[in-house]
Amino acid sequence: MHTGVRTVWWSVGLSVVLAAAILVSATIGPVAIASDTVAKATLNAIAVPAGVSVTAEPASLFGASAPVPVLDVAYTYPVSLAVPTTAETIVRQVRLPRIVLAAVVGFSLAAAGAVMQGFFRNPMADPSIIGVSSGAAVGAVATIAFPLAVPFGLQTAAFVGALLAAFGVYAIASEGGRTPVATLLLAGVAVQALLGAAVSYMLLQTGQSLREAVYWLMGQLSGSSWAEVEVTLPLSLLAFAVVYVYARDLNVLLLGETDAHTLGIEVERTKRILLAVASVITAAAVSVAGVIGFVGLIVPHAMRLLVGPDHRILLPTSALAGAAFLVAADTFARAGPAEVPVGIVTAALGAPFFLYLLRDREVHAL
Amino acid sequence: MIDIDDLTVSRGGVTVFEDVSLTVAEEEFVALVGPNGAGKTTALQAINGVLTPDSGSVQVDGRPVADCSARERGRLVATVPQDTHVGFEFSVADIVAMGRTPHHTRVGRTDHEADHRAVRRALDRTATDRFADRPVDEVSGGERQRVLLARALAQDTPALLLDEPTASLDVNHQVETLSLVSDLTASGKAALAAIHDLDLAARFCDRIVLLADGRVLTSGPPADVLDTASLDAAFDADAAVTTHPTTGTPLVTALGERRDRDLTAHVVGTGRTATRVIARLHDAGATVTAGPLPDGDIAAETARARGLNAVAAPPFGPLDAAVRDSVATLRDRADVLVAADPPAADGVAALLDTSLPVVRVESDRGDADTRGLSTSSSSETTRATTPTDVLDAVATVTAGRELPADD
Repeated sequence: MHTGVRTVWWSVGLSVVLAAAILVSATIGPVAIASDTVAKATLNAIAVPAGVSVTAEPASLFGASAPVPVLDVAYTYPVSLAVPTTAETIVRQVRLPRIVLAAVVGFSLAAAGAVMQGFFRNPMADPSIIGVSSGAAVGAVATIAFPLAVPFGLQTAAFVGALLAAFGVYAIASEGGRTPVATLLLAGVAVQALLGAAVSYMLLQTGQSLREAVYWLMGQLSGSSWAEVEVTLPLSLLAFAVVYVYARDLNVLLLGETDAHTLGIEVERTKRILLAVASVITAAAVSVAGVIGFVGLIVPHAMRLLVGPDHRILLPTSALAGAAFLVAADTFARAGPAEVPVGIVTAALGAPFFLYLLRDREVHAL
Repeated sequence: MIDIDDLTVSRGGVTVFEDVSLTVAEEEFVALVGPNGAGKTTALQAINGVLTPDSGSVQVDGRPVADCSARERGRLVATVPQDTHVGFEFSVADIVAMGRTPHHTRVGRTDHEADHRAVRRALDRTATDRFADRPVDEVSGGERQRVLLARALAQDTPALLLDEPTASLDVNHQVETLSLVSDLTASGKAALAAIHDLDLAARFCDRIVLLADGRVLTSGPPADVLDTASLDAAFDADAAVTTHPTTGTPLVTALGERRDRDLTAHVVGTGRTATRVIARLHDAGATVTAGPLPDGDIAAETARARGLNAVAAPPFGPLDAAVRDSVATLRDRADVLVAADPPAADGVAALLDTSLPVVRVESDRGDADTRGLSTSSSSETTRATTPTDVLDAVATVTAGRELPADD
């Protein structure tokens, strides 16, 4: 089928771009490593899940300690090439976790952005539009300001905060089983403002750790480890698979809810599922990387110009382009003499591009 | 095919219609007409499941719509919406292909071949194939309306609902679109359309359902439904119903909203003079009855076109007893008798001999012909005048009875 063929070609092309971005990024850093060594070390790092086992680990929450079941995944490494140990360690343990996490976060934010823009029938919508990022910020800044003993610490708090905010906005905007999109949008704006106030107040209370909180709010990927990748990558892929199944429905929703209904779409249920999945995928990204703006807004918008509005091709291309874009942006962020939060780079690159789009094409619908 | 039984629907707490029943059979094209706010769109949305009725049932093809999943409903009923603005630039073919949505399952195989055939056929039949690759937001409003019709055809359903399908079309495309729907019903579909244009409804639909004030006022073949009395009741406006000279279907001319009448005038007359008198009085808001008017005379045609209660009689012959009786009845209900070049037939003079105030109208040309007029022109209650001044004269002789201002 026509669309299917285009989707495959675009996806393959963007995957190549993503792979290239990962390799190039892995060569950049304080220690110069030859590109062929980087390539070999990267291939060596490719892991294939081989088995899953459940173990109970003691975890403590608010002083109480209880065994928590943890999924243990065993990996096999199909490639094993000869690489100098130091180089391998730097690439595999320092650079790659951060690069791969950037890719996962970019993938998630761009996919969620594409869903939200289609959902709200508004090219200006972004993944945080219903308060996900603000909720995550409240959770994260709260753990920084008032250290709480939560398993996985800041990330868990941010994730829970994000979902609570999204669910709150949804609940406020819903009445009698219906959730009008316009109400959702406005409730999201109001809740974001409220949570913004909470974050500002807590920042005043952070004292010594203000810098840490501000860095988180600007979005940053430094200090990433494979553990974060292990949690976010499967979640992102799973969530993407779910929204991709709804790609056609998203297309039909663009015609308006009444039309979608007459075309056999269970409108309210579809909206709930899409909103929930887009919120989860955004929450996962934001909780590990902080508030990274513009990726979810700009990337789907740019891809729509290139591949058209059909979500069957827009979703995968946006996700892959978002991954490549964030890998590139994070490389800029850490390549300079002093590292800057990646959120600054995405906004610095994204905003001018967005203004260019605004000038270049008249935007009629808001 | 579409069976609505005792349906009550409310919107935002207000009951839009109550206990409405109607049926659209296979191979039938039914028009839903009525004034704005009569609930035409609401009725369509109760059938396609967008609205949930308070009570009553809707069945399509023998299946209660309320029990169907959205997908099943999408395979039973297709809806052509009024006009949809599509914000993102899908191609026309993409939009039409979306009509296949209810035939897809989320998992499992999709019959691409059937999809492709249905889409091609829909594009062909609606003549949208020549701009199938253009972005839908760049085609004209009329073309977009046909794209939406094509989408509904691709949906391949036994029942088709149309909400003002011709509202944004030029005359040619109006006729083409409704002919197409008519053809589709001939091949087995049941179609129900909310239509503003009564003439088009009369021309293309097998049956008309007249909705007003939340109920079905009347329903039946166009010629039966579109009469002055029902239109009057439904639209609260005067309308004249004549027969279209070419198509032979009813032709409705709206004459504007009816004003309060507190005066009834009975006109006896012929020719241009009577025509002008009838028009002036009627336009001024008076209830006008007339007779005898000679058959085929312009005055008789005017009275008929305006839907007035008028008695016509064969020209030149003597009035028979039945005509005399009905004219006398009308005359006695009136507040004023206006004689405007009355016919010279035997018996007319007797009808003019009445205790009512009389206005005698002569043509503006000045060759006053007062045949048969026996009343003395010096009387308090009689005035002679010209058609131009008839309103003043009527006002004078009926002093105390207000006639709306002549504007």
